[in-house]
Formats: sequence, structure tokens, C-alpha cells
Amino acid sequence: MGLTIAEKIFDAHRVDRPAEGIETIRLDAVFCHEITTPIAINDLMARGKDRVFDPGRIKAVIDHVTPAKDSKTASQGKVLRDWARRHGITDFFDIGRNGVCHALFPEKGFVRPGDTIIMGDSHTCTLGAFGAFAAGVGTTDLEVGILKGVCAFRTPRTIRIDITGTLPEGVFAKDVILSIIGRLGVDGATDHIIEFDGPVVSAMSMEARMTLCNMAIEAGATCGICRPDQATVDYLWPFIENAYANHQAALEDFKSWWPDPDAVYAETLVCDVSDLEPLATFGYKPDQVRPVREMGDVVVDQVYIGSCTNGRIEDLRAAAAVLRGRRIHPSLRAILSPATPKVFRQALAEGLIEVFMEAGFCVTNPTCGACLGMSNGVLAEGEVCASTTNRNFPGRMGKGGMVHLVSPATAAATAVAGRLTSARDLR
Amino acid sequence: MRNFGGKVLFLDRSDINTDEIIPARYLTEMTKAALKPYLLEDLALEEFDAARDLAGVGTIVTRANFGCGSSREHAPWALEANGIHLVIAESFARIFRQNMFNCGLMAVALAPETIARLFERFSGRATRVAVDFPGMLFEFTSEGIREEVPFTLAPFDRALVEAGGWVEYADQRY
Repeated sequence: MGLTIAEKIFDAHRVDRPAEGIETIRLDAVFCHEITTPIAINDLMARGKDRVFDPGRIKAVIDHVTPAKDSKTASQGKVLRDWARRHGITDFFDIGRNGVCHALFPEKGFVRPGDTIIMGDSHTCTLGAFGAFAAGVGTTDLEVGILKGVCAFRTPRTIRIDITGTLPEGVFAKDVILSIIGRLGVDGATDHIIEFDGPVVSAMSMEARMTLCNMAIEAGATCGICRPDQATVDYLWPFIENAYANHQAALEDFKSWWPDPDAVYAETLVCDVSDLEPLATFGYKPDQVRPVREMGDVVVDQVYIGSCTNGRIEDLRAAAAVLRGRRIHPSLRAILSPATPKVFRQALAEGLIEVFMEAGFCVTNPTCGACLGMSNGVLAEGEVCASTTNRNFPGRMGKGGMVHLVSPATAAATAVAGRLTSARDLR
Repeated sequence: MRNFGGKVLFLDRSDINTDEIIPARYLTEMTKAALKPYLLEDLALEEFDAARDLAGVGTIVTRANFGCGSSREHAPWALEANGIHLVIAESFARIFRQNMFNCGLMAVALAPETIARLFERFSGRATRVAVDFPGMLFEFTSEGIREEVPFTLAPFDRALVEAGGWVEYADQRY
């Protein structure tokens, strides 16, 4: 019987079956940030177990609130920083080098096909774009991961989604994943891995695949995953060039993680995107999705472009293409947060930052801040935000605030129009 | 092992997410106890008043997909800080459910029709649940009415509850 990508990864990493249907796997990496890790660190210290399983396999970043906004967030950063120093965790990214974890760690080459990765952050599923099994976990799983380098999961079951057709001009990976979540519902993939496949995914850049996998959790999935291919090899080449004779050799190796043709899926869906339109969420759940054109007249107070979903260079390019030569509507404010220093620098070099600033955007340093209402763009009661982030939950970006999830192009068009508008309908 | 049961709070909505259970603005706290006052502060549920409705509660009964969204273990911790060690629902989001058992708390799924019946019979009344852990039985009681509901736990979940959580369990095993 054939195997899915996740099944192959579990087979290569299984160390135990502690009970029926449960598999403990060895972890290739444990990623950490300053919101969910300090409590694990403090608990390990309290237990007299202030150790790490392998400092080389632990990567840490301060990203959620950075620079620190108050004494409490400064303390969280300090606990993480001191811990990284104490244990010789050299891949620790502090202010000046830090960025949104799920954009930064792939950029550093830390995610490889076939890897197993956990992090105390639900959007860790983003990293499945590289053909890795990457799952968000709570602090206790993280703590055991730090200490022992293992984590327990249910035996993987996979939903395969073949994305077919041709993505129309002005429609992006964000619109694709919103449409899929709308179809599956917010618990449609609970306890499953989603394998994204098909010609549209094959044609996608790694950035677009990360956007796709990023929101798998919004359908309840443990991980989104894509088969590693030429695009994966090209993206990772600077990090793997010493390991392989050439690109072809790397690709052949990566192919060992491809799903078998006779792999068994819990469900297989086909999603034809040829007629897909730019989408937005309404309401307070990410599966409440409809075309921007059918949203009616939605006046917006703030536009936010950034986050682990849509803060990468391609996202900035797509938004800047809409903004070039235009200004944001005087009734709203707009914020750009490039996801990493590399993205920021690239955007500067390409003249994109100039476009955003000419348009009237505030440009912040890389941070998660506004996405979850912690800093750098929190909404006031009753305010409405068009955002390239991943959650429109009640209060997510600020108590009493309303969030509409959109693509970077739609966010940019909305900033110009002052109300929810797709780039297609921008005059 | 924890004590389970007590006064029941009924939350009649599906997809209650962890941002509603404990908003991100409180994730700057570094102790579980500090989360206590903020439990369910952003819950979008008409007529729910956290200050009034959470007093003395030991168990929550709710609908489908409880705990979706963020991986924050602050959600079970905020429940625990308020004395809530048991959530009973039609279904749970994966990470929340795992976090509950990892803390030695319980997230127990019951059939939708059972949940519907519990809401019908007990919601809106002062209700308590007693938990017979070895016998895997809930006993719901309210003035004049009583109902026994059997439940099941997967062997691994049961082992975590008995061990007191995943750190203890893993420490003995790996």
C-alpha cells in the first residue's frame, strides 16, 4: 500500500507507539519564540531540568512584540535571550536580525524536505510548503520537544487537495486558500494533514506555497504539505549546494518524499481555480468567505499588510504594483510590516518601500504585532481592518475590532479606495 | 490526578476559539495564575457575562470545534486557573485538545445528540456533574433531574491524565 508524504516522514522518524493510534516521532528541529517558550523555560527550571536536547536543532526568535513595548514583553524577550545564551543556541534572532518566525526560519534554510518540526505557534504548518511535517503545538509539547527532541501525534491521515485550472490574473494563493477554507469549514481538516498538489501548486513559488500552507490550520489541519520539487531545490540551493552534486541530484533526493501513486487518502478534493475571484472574509470565522465584489460597501479604518501569511517579498510586490502612483484614501491609515529584514532590504532595493511611503503607508520593522492585536497597529473598538493576516476572530486585532482577511493586492486596492475593493475594480 | 466535575457552565456555540478563551493581549503574562481574570473575555456569545457566569464553575459543556485557532496553552491554563479541569464538547481542535491532556486536564468528546440532550435538559438550570473516572461515567444532576452519561478516553489520553500530564509521562519514557 502506498504512502502519503506525511506517512513517509513519520516512518522515517518514529521512535515509539505509546498507544494505539499514537506515534512519537523524533524531531529534526524545535523552533521557539518569546510568547510561548518562556513559560516552558521557567517550568523546566522549576523542575530542575533546564536542559536542551540539542542546541543546534533549536532555533529561536523574538518576533511577536519587538522591539519590546513594555516591561512584560521585555521580560519575555529576556527569558528567551538568556536561555539561548545559556545553552549555546547560536541560531537566536534578536532585534536587528529578527523577523516573523515562519518567514524568517525558511529564509535561513532551516526547513528541509522530510523534516519534522514543532513550534509553540499554530501557523508552524506554513513550513510544510517545503515538504516537511511541521506542526503547531502547545507549551507542554514544546517543553518536552526542547528537553527530549520528541513529540507525540496521532497516526497521520491525509486529505489531498488537487488544485487545478489556471489562476486568473489578480488572484493569488491567499484567495485560493480562503476558498478552500470556505469549502472545508473551520474544522473540516481537524486531525488531518492537507497535501496540496496539482498543476497550480507546481507552478507556485515557495512564497505562494507558504501562504497556502500557512492557513491549513484555519481548516483545523495539523499541517499543510506540498511535494518538494524544482522550486524547492532552487529556493534551498544556497543552503544545500555542498550536499549535492547539482540541482538534479537534489531533486532526485527530494523525490523520495513524494507521495506514492497508490497512497491512501482520507479524502481527495479537486479545486479548480480558473474562475476564482479575489476573496474576503466576512464575520468572525476564516471560513466565512465571499468574493470582494459581493461584500457590499464596507468602509475600512485600517489596512494592514504583513504577517506570516502575506509579509514576503512577492506579497509586497503585488501590493506595490497596485499602489504605484496612487495614494491611500484620506479616511484610513495603512501599515506595512515586511516579514523579515531580508524582505525589508529587498523591498528597499526594488524601490517598493518608496512606493508604500509615497502612497501614505506607515512602514514598521518586521514583527507579528498587529496580527494578533499585541502591538504596532491595534484596532480601537468598532474599527474595521482589511488585513493580509490569517484570523478574523472577535477581538483578534484589538478588542471590539473587525477584521476582513484579504490578499495583499486587495489590501492595497482597499487602502486606495477607502472601502473593501479588489485591485480589478480599482478606478 | 486532578479532580474533575463540579458546577457546569453551558456555552451554546460552536467554534469558540482560543483568542476568545484568552485574548492575545494577555499572552505577555508569564504565570498561569495571572491569566485568571481574563478567561473568555472576548467570547462572542449573547448574554454571556464572564464575571457572573464563571463563578464556581468546574466544567464547561459546549458544541463543536472548541478551542480552534491559536496553539496557546494559555487557553487551558486560563481554564485551570479558574478551577475548570474538564471541557465536554461535540469535538475539539487538535492542539487545544492535546494541550488539555498534556496538562493532565480533560477534553471529552460526546456524540452531538448527547450534547444536544444535555443542553435541552440542563442548560439554564443550576447543574453539577460528578465524574467517575475509573468507571468512565458522568453524572449530571440538577434539581429533580439526573442523567448518567458514559464516556470514553483513548488509552494515551487516559495515561496522560493519570500521569498528571505529558512532561511527567515523557520523562518516564524517553
